[in-house]
This record gives sequence, structure tokens and C-alpha cells, in this order.
Amino acid sequence: MPFQSTVGDYATVATLETFGFLPPMTQDEIYDQIAYIIAQGWSPVIEHVHPSGSMQTYWSYWKLPFFGEKDLNLVVSELEACHRAYPDHHVRIIGYDAYTQSQGTAFVVFQGR
Amino acid sequence: MSKKYDAGVKEYRDTYWTPEYVPLDTDLLACFKFTGQEGVPKEEVAAAIAAESSTGTWSTVWSELLTDLEFYKGRCYRIEDVPGDPESFYAFIAYPLDLFEEGSITNVLTSLVGNVFGFKALRHLRLEDIRFPMAFIKTCGGPPNGIQVERDRLNKYGRPLLGCTIKPKLGLSGKNYGRVVYECLRGGLDLTKDDENINSQPFQRWRERFEFVAEAVKLAQQETGEVKGHYLNCTATTPEEMYERAEFAKELDMPIIMHDYITGGFTANTGLANWCRKNGMLLHIHRAMHAVIDRHPKHGIHFRVLAKCLRLSGGDQLHTGTVVGKLEGDRQTTLGFIDNLRESFVPEDRSRGNFFDQDWGSMPGVFAVASGGIHVWHMPALLAIFGDDSCLQFGGGTHGHPWGSAAGAAANRVALEACVKARNAGREIEKESRDILMEAAKHSPELAIALETWKEIKFEFDTVDKLDVQN
Repeated sequence: MPFQSTVGDYATVATLETFGFLPPMTQDEIYDQIAYIIAQGWSPVIEHVHPSGSMQTYWSYWKLPFFGEKDLNLVVSELEACHRAYPDHHVRIIGYDAYTQSQGTAFVVFQGR
Repeated sequence: MSKKYDAGVKEYRDTYWTPEYVPLDTDLLACFKFTGQEGVPKEEVAAAIAAESSTGTWSTVWSELLTDLEFYKGRCYRIEDVPGDPESFYAFIAYPLDLFEEGSITNVLTSLVGNVFGFKALRHLRLEDIRFPMAFIKTCGGPPNGIQVERDRLNKYGRPLLGCTIKPKLGLSGKNYGRVVYECLRGGLDLTKDDENINSQPFQRWRERFEFVAEAVKLAQQETGEVKGHYLNCTATTPEEMYERAEFAKELDMPIIMHDYITGGFTANTGLANWCRKNGMLLHIHRAMHAVIDRHPKHGIHFRVLAKCLRLSGGDQLHTGTVVGKLEGDRQTTLGFIDNLRESFVPEDRSRGNFFDQDWGSMPGVFAVASGGIHVWHMPALLAIFGDDSCLQFGGGTHGHPWGSAAGAAANRVALEACVKARNAGREIEKESRDILMEAAKHSPELAIALETWKEIKFEFDTVDKLDVQN
């Protein structure tokens, strides 16, 4: 990108919190982030919601939190299964930290429309 | 056993220097760095510090025999050399718990750093650290919400919070001020901040600021689909006015307010923290005036003490310096006191300036706020130093963007998320900082321009206050 000296117009964008300002991740990049969740000792949780409800605190669980799950491929296949079942929903993955009772991280993997 | 009254002046060390004493778990422990007047033995000076900050006075008085001063007195139980400074020493003093009112940081500081700092036998005195006993911690309210609850309320996970102070810090009307807030938040910041000296000046009364800011926050939230907030500074002339402002922020449905805890004072701060706890309001804390007290290496109070005091008095976010920006603070020392803001147990570690083990029990944690003279190029280092439980605030680094505050905000948000993503993927973000930022800028013209704008700015001065080490 060459340096631009003229003033540009910044248009507001609707985003979905963490990683909302990055371009969509490749499959490998998503795998890296899930591997990070597992390496931290956090439990993967998959949640989904219709875009109209994206600001709700509670999104629907996909099944139950995958407590103690260490298998990257299983988490990926569950994410895809959730996306197939609710193709128009946002689907996010959470790294749940039971020690702090908080989310170590959370980001949207599939955007619904 | 009863004693006889013997009028006159005794050596302090006869009563207050007790090297055989083993501190109790319930004692409040303090470490002072002192330089005595020439010719006065160090034991006498250290004992005088213990005496003058607890039960003692310069002369024996008859009325002390009406009580058992052995039970109430502070004791100096250890003296250590200060590395690299042959004329100064560390005095370790144990204070019985009953010397302090429950939950009162005001009372603790009035005792420990009261009259004793003017004491003539001393040339210099500095309070380096306090070990608060669990028995005292349990009487303090602490952060009204804490890190975990704040994350849940703001829906921010897996990364530092991103904010900025509204600039110019003084002189904008309420409506213009709200405009700048709106620009920052729509651009991708989570939080914006009143400057510490914005209270209710003639150019912008507090009510008008609160109303316009509330509209800006709600609009940005609606348009971006993310949770937003602005620290409404409730610091005021009197406690009554402070509470009136806090009540109005709540009425406007705002998530967070702010207080200047050192200029406002610990009594006001503890009161406001209690109000926040009762009203489900987050509390951001600014530390204006701290450098007057904590910057000189031989005089005053180290900031780690002021940080511990704030965690007990109450606040959900506290300014800690940036390490890399325009304000004072070295990396190890900063890591030492941010541990004391966020962790449940912090071990003694002299390499981080922590003189005692400090157990915080169930006391919630405080977000460390890095603010002042930082810009996008600092992002990788800031993330590496402060980790996720922090709030990174770029003032000039947001509003100074050639396209304005919204684009500046977006540039910072892209840079932050790129660094978090890279860190999670196992990259060494400080070493690879240039590559990470340049890659991210390919997808963000806002970031590309920010990187170009601030490429030459550095603040490389040596810190004045360093850890004491052998030269």
C-alpha cells in the first residue's frame, strides 16, 4: 500500500468483538487459534446465534462445552457440524477457563447473514 | 507485670529494635528505605521509624503505663544494606493488626507515612513495600467488580481492552467532546476516557458532558454491534457532588465511571468503590499526582504500595505506566506491581522490587492500564509486557491519525488483533514486531498510514527510579 497523503473516509463497520477487525482467517489460521486454546488448558465451547441476536450475552450452546477436549480435529468437526446445522447463524469458539470462570478467549469462526 | 514510671528521653532502639522478633501472620509488614543523619547508628534510626509510625513519641510519658504498649508497638525486626548505596538501609517493621481500623487504607497510610517523614534524624525516607495480612485484606471491599466481571459486562475476551483519552484534554464543549468519543468508538475502540483533569469546568459542565457522551456511546454501540463505554470522571469538589455525578451516569445507563484516587483521596475513593459495587458500575482509576510521591528513589512512597492500596480501596482499572512510552517506569518494576494488581498470590522477588510474599486471597483483580505516549509501533511490546488483562490507551496515537480519530482507532484495533493472533499462533511478537504489523497493514490502509506517521517517534530516556542493585 503506497503512502496516501490525502484524507480518506473511514466508514463504520459492524464487527463481532475479538478478531473482528482482521480479514477472515484461513483454515490453518483457525487451527492455530484452536491449538492455542487447547494448549492453555481451556475447554473448547461452541456457541451460535442468529445475527439479529449477536449482542445477547447468551448465545445457544452447540451441544455442551467440550470439557477437557484435547483433540483439535474433533473440535474442528464440531464447529463444521454446528455451521451445517445453522448455516445462517454466527458460530463462535470459546476457550473456557474454569479456574477464572471466564472466557480465556472467544472469536467468531463462521459469520451468518 | 507492672512497670515504674521513669521520666526522660530513652533511646528508641531499647524499645523498638527487636531483631529476635518473628513477625506474626496477622502483622502488617512494611519495608522502608532510609538514610539517617550522619553519626546516628542505623539501629537507632530504624527503631525511630518504627516508633514514630506506631505508638512512640520522643519522650517517655506517664500515660503509656495505662496500657500495654508491648502489645501495640511497631517493631523493627530486620535491617538490610541497600545494594549500591552504602549510606542507605532497608528497615523491616512489623505492626500489630490492632493499630489499624478495619478496611481503612486512609488509616494505614496516616500511620505509616505520617509524621515520621518529617523526622529530623532522617535525611531520606521511602516506603518501599507493605505486606498486608489476610486478616486486614478481608476487611477491605476491594475492586467493585474485578477483571473477570468487567470482561463479562463488556463482552471482551482473549485480548487487552483498547481505549484512549479524549483530546484536547481541556477546552472542548460538551457536544464537540461527544463527537470525539463517537469517532473513537465507531472506529473500533472499546472504551474512551475523560482526562483526569476534566471535572466540571466553565467550558464544559459535567452534566452536559455526560449527556452528549452517553448519546455517543449508545450510537457507536448500535452501529458497530459491540459493547462500548466511556469513563465518566466523577471526581468532584465534595463527596456529595461526586455521588451526584455517579448517580447520573447510572441513570444514563453508562457502564463505567472514573476517579482520580490520589488527588481525590482514599476516603473518597473507598466510598465511590462501595457505591460502584452497590450499583453494578465499573470503576476506572487514574493516578494523577503519583509521581510527586513515588518518583524520587530515596523519598516518598513507591508506586507498588500505592497500587496495593488501590486494590484494597477499590477500582477495576488502574494506570500503571507503559514501560515503552513517554512516562517513567522500568519493565521489571512494572511487572512486579502489575502482578500485585492482578494475581491472587505474589511471591517475594527482589528482581521485581517485591519485598514480601503477598497473599490476596479472594480479592478480585484490577486491570493494568497502559496509557501515555504510545502508538501502533509499541503494540507488540505492550502486549508482551502487559498480557491480556490490561487496557491499552492511545491518545495522540488515535487522534493524531491523518484521517482522524475513527481511522486512528481502527489502526490500533487492527494492530492489536494482529499481535494477539500472532502470539496465539506461537510467534515471538517482540522480535517479529515489524513483520507482524506490516503484514496486518496490507489489509488496513488505516494501519499503513499510522505506521508511516509514527515511524520515527521514540521516548528513550533512562528511568530516574531504578531497582536498587550493586553497581
